[in-house]
Amino acid sequence: MNYEFKKRLKQNIAFWLLRIFTFSVLIILFVILGFIVKKGIGVISWEFLTEMPKDGMTSGGIFPAIVGTLLLVLGSMLVAFPIGIMSGICMSEYVKDGFIKRFVTVMTNNLAGIPSIVFGLFGMEFFVNELKWGDSIIAGSFTLGLLAIPIVIRITEESLKSVSKTFREASMALGATKLQTTYKVVLPIAMPNIVTGLILSLSRVSGETAPILFTVAAYFLPKLPNSIFDQVMALPYHLYVISTSGTNIEASRHMAYGTALVLIIIVLMFNLLANWLRKYLSRKVKMN
Amino acid sequence: MMSGTVTTLAVLFIVFYLFKESLGLFNMTPVEDSYSVLVNKNNPVKKLSAQQIKLVFDQEITNWKQLGGNDAEIELFRTEDISNYYSEDEIGKNFEHLAQRINEHIEKHRGIIAFVASEYEMKNAASVPLSVDKITLLELMKGKEWFPTAQPAAQFGVLPLLMGTLLVSLGAILLALPFGIAAAIYLAEIADTRFRNIAKPLIELLAGIPSVVFGFFGLVVIVPMVQQWFNLPVGETALAGSIVLGIMALPTIITVSEDALHNTPRSMKEASLALGANKWQTILRVVIPYSISGITTAVILGIGRAIGETMAVLMVTGNAAVIPHSILQPVRTIPATIAAELGEAPFGGLHFKALFFLGCVLFLITMIINFIVELISPKRRIER
Repeated sequence: MNYEFKKRLKQNIAFWLLRIFTFSVLIILFVILGFIVKKGIGVISWEFLTEMPKDGMTSGGIFPAIVGTLLLVLGSMLVAFPIGIMSGICMSEYVKDGFIKRFVTVMTNNLAGIPSIVFGLFGMEFFVNELKWGDSIIAGSFTLGLLAIPIVIRITEESLKSVSKTFREASMALGATKLQTTYKVVLPIAMPNIVTGLILSLSRVSGETAPILFTVAAYFLPKLPNSIFDQVMALPYHLYVISTSGTNIEASRHMAYGTALVLIIIVLMFNLLANWLRKYLSRKVKMN
Repeated sequence: MMSGTVTTLAVLFIVFYLFKESLGLFNMTPVEDSYSVLVNKNNPVKKLSAQQIKLVFDQEITNWKQLGGNDAEIELFRTEDISNYYSEDEIGKNFEHLAQRINEHIEKHRGIIAFVASEYEMKNAASVPLSVDKITLLELMKGKEWFPTAQPAAQFGVLPLLMGTLLVSLGAILLALPFGIAAAIYLAEIADTRFRNIAKPLIELLAGIPSVVFGFFGLVVIVPMVQQWFNLPVGETALAGSIVLGIMALPTIITVSEDALHNTPRSMKEASLALGANKWQTILRVVIPYSISGITTAVILGIGRAIGETMAVLMVTGNAAVIPHSILQPVRTIPATIAAELGEAPFGGLHFKALFFLGCVLFLITMIINFIVELISPKRRIER
């Protein structure tokens, strides 16, 4: 009886401890979000979103930084999606299990594990200096795209793998070729998951700072870019600049809160969009 | 069809360019190209290491005897000191006689060591350039000082940066581990489905917050907090970095180990329960041992993420490049050093190459981590 009691007591204590730890993780999240929302919400206004920075970045808006970030996201999308999706399809549907597949998987994981600052170094050496693109949108997009490629490959591969084998066999049995099967049967079924993953990868790209430090980001540039060989401001870098090395850190603090909030909102919107699209598309796929 | 070799190519490309730039470092002396270190030609000391030169110019070494030469005081001389010995007329309006005068000065002073621009160095004169040891890998790895802009000889000791990186990352993992594992166990085994369905996306959201926002949060909240708690002159310390990185590593640890825990076969758990064990005993004795390799993978991935993290660390650790003695001191990590200094380093120069060398070190560390993960990850485990 005593043993039974001890056993139950131990379980209760353990479960309560686990519960406390878990809730404190969630509380940390809410504290961070709540803090930035509370401090930043007062700053955000139509002017803040649509005006150029003024007075040494202590007032005005962050319009060029928002535009810059969106351009970079778009650019890296153009770089990473075609290559990443095609390699993912190839890896999942065409390459046979064996040494090559294993090797490429290891390499993809390695690429995914490389710290973002190393991408920045490489981007500076190769895109900026070797190809002589200079600090430009195109150099930044390629650097960010390179960073996103392993994520895109992994997402595509996983989504395709989760498509049941019976679909493929049914299609083949009807006389479709492998290519037809992949494009008409497997891809549409896997589409909701792929799209979700892709949008999540964009949310990661939009927040990266280290890769753009030396490839595109401008400290202060109160105009919009004219070509893909121009520099731009970007939200994450702007936040870094005004919170650590701006001309007047105290006076620009409220700008920093606003920028942080905008950055979080962009990331959140990507997340929500991803979730909504997953639901929407999977309903559509089922109806077909 | 595009083949999956893109990533392989990309990795090889990155490796090639990183190493190309940083291997150049080993053919260079730590004295900038356009400068020379000169001594009197009768001085038996012809060769010094970068560290010795630094000690000499910091006046820590004051006698040639300490460097294996004659017993003579070391006299320091920099180009601008010439005006103490010669008048403006003697030097010439446009410094046309400067080289001559420096040469004379060195001839007169036997114990002199002069740091001058190479253009003022005369050939076959009373002075001979001191040959400085080339930079070696060993010296880089065990050098205790990171002082890339030091004149005359730059100091590229990676040790303080490496120690800083490891200290901050290990601190982060120690802080994150109890929370991460506890949350993973709770979500995988104890929580009901409804709570799980709310909590998991929230934790993924935590992973989605950009690192620069974490850095900003750390700067305005955690740094002052650390400063207050421990009564420190500055709050930008290794501890602040560890806390911020710990929070950032949480989602990785939770999601990966939760997956591992979740994959424990139902039959195993049921067998344990049928034998009279309660839920906690089952978790402790069956579920955790079964998924231990997955949990280890999670921890190592968390460390990997912490080691490579740049912006957050840059913003909260104070960036002092010294070997840390306590967690309450400012430290500087490898990624933060690259981010902070690359903008100022002249392109293709010593400093620039040294930063690429740091990139290589970072790259190798993450490769090793990936390799370990590959080895222990549960996919390859033999069925028990």
